[in-house]
Amino acid sequence: MKYMLMIYEDDADRVANMDERMPNCSAYVESMVKAGIYVAGERLRGADTSTSVRVAGGKTSVVDGPYAEAKEQLGGFHIIDVPDLDTALGWAARCPSASRGVVEVRPVWPL
Amino acid sequence: MSEENARQVAADVARRGYGKLVALLASRTRDVAAAEDALSEALVSALAEWPTSGIPNAPEAWLLTVARRRLIDASRRRRTRVAAKDHLELMADELEAAAGNTSPIPDERLALMFACAHPAIAPSVRAPLILQTILGFDAAAVGSAFLVSPATMAQRLVRAKKKIKDAGIPLEVPDRPNLAARLDAVLEAIYAAFAEGWSDPLGIEAHRRDLAEEAIFLGRLVVSLLPDEAESLGLLSLMLYAQARRGARRDAGGEFVPLEEQDPRDWDEELIAEAEALLRRANELPGSGRYQLEAAVQSAHVVRRRTGSADWAAIEAIYGVLTEITGSPVVIINHAVAVARSRGAAAGIAELDTLADDARMRDYQPYWAARADLLSRVGAVDEADRAYEQAIGLETDAAVRRFLQRRRAELSRQRQ
Repeated sequence: MKYMLMIYEDDADRVANMDERMPNCSAYVESMVKAGIYVAGERLRGADTSTSVRVAGGKTSVVDGPYAEAKEQLGGFHIIDVPDLDTALGWAARCPSASRGVVEVRPVWPL
Repeated sequence: MSEENARQVAADVARRGYGKLVALLASRTRDVAAAEDALSEALVSALAEWPTSGIPNAPEAWLLTVARRRLIDASRRRRTRVAAKDHLELMADELEAAAGNTSPIPDERLALMFACAHPAIAPSVRAPLILQTILGFDAAAVGSAFLVSPATMAQRLVRAKKKIKDAGIPLEVPDRPNLAARLDAVLEAIYAAFAEGWSDPLGIEAHRRDLAEEAIFLGRLVVSLLPDEAESLGLLSLMLYAQARRGARRDAGGEFVPLEEQDPRDWDEELIAEAEALLRRANELPGSGRYQLEAAVQSAHVVRRRTGSADWAAIEAIYGVLTEITGSPVVIINHAVAVARSRGAAAGIAELDTLADDARMRDYQPYWAARADLLSRVGAVDEADRAYEQAIGLETDAAVRRFLQRRRAELSRQRQ
């Protein structure tokens, strides 16, 4: 089963300390690749670069900022392919960001 | 073969084998709801066929084969890519089963229990889910046991089963490093079921009486499948000690009898002996946990059978350890009562006072009942009277309420 690990953490802190944290993050991704479970993943730029779009009554509105104003924001994601939830939760716990913020684990809904 | 007879056999097989068959039918697909549907259809077929064809030699295997066929039919109807894969796996399963029909049906119930008590399932629904999937309780029976409307309970159970399937919660016993923490959730769910059943001492409400017995059945099941886990032995021991005193909690007139005033001859010796043996086994294993310690408290209470008094010093010491482990106010109250018995009521009151500022105590009946009792023992009549008033107002069991009212009346006679 495929799962998305969504990484939520203090956005300003994450962006400010990115350089220092990258080596750990790369090692983590590398270990998932070696385990043969890695499907995809990206880090995201800070939420201050985000723009939200809505279409209501045929009218498009574009607003500066993320969907929800909060200190903790989605900062990146990984998609992995593992046999069950427990394996996915095990990988989520190894994510360096899990000790700073939260990693939400959700199954991918196949088309 | 009469229809009545076939019905009886089918009901017996369903009762004993329900969880085993559901666990096996759901083990590959994780679709517990579909497994239950298939099994109930198989039971309907059994009722239709057995009166004429006779009861099969291996009724459980018969039900399993029919239920598997129902599952295959259902997945054929769904026709999705995923279902087609399930379908092939099920076909393979069935062929395998047909080839080795004489072998015993493997017991996957523990795996199913671990899925039901998975941390990804809301704690409040774990015990209900185990009662439904392992024992076959319907939503109305589970709902009334946990004081939730049948519709709400049904909705929660459906949602939890959907989560097991869609989130891919595995039906398996966790490996060693994770076992202890995960087993704790399973035991907690079983104990929650027991506690619900225990709160109806007269057994007037049949479903509640059943619940305590069913929880003991589940406790025995866990012990038989994981014989070397101290905490599962501890929990079963604890439940059996409590069950042994079940009837003694009420006198002939249905009035509440507190533990200290119970006649030990009213306790069930056989259950106590079994509880003691389990506790000894648990004590020989490494580590000690909450249930084992609570069982040890019970053991120190029942020594009264032989010595005429409970071992209050031991009870105080064990609750002291439990306080350190859990920090729970419930344990602190019990510790305070033990302190009062072994070192005097004033020392007990001093310990209860440490909880006085805890907002949770305002509507927690055992706190006020313990306070009232200890205050009346040191002659603080007015304060004791106020504590009794509070305890009576918070009590839900009518017999316990009458008991507290009698105590309060005795107290006010003392004052005059």
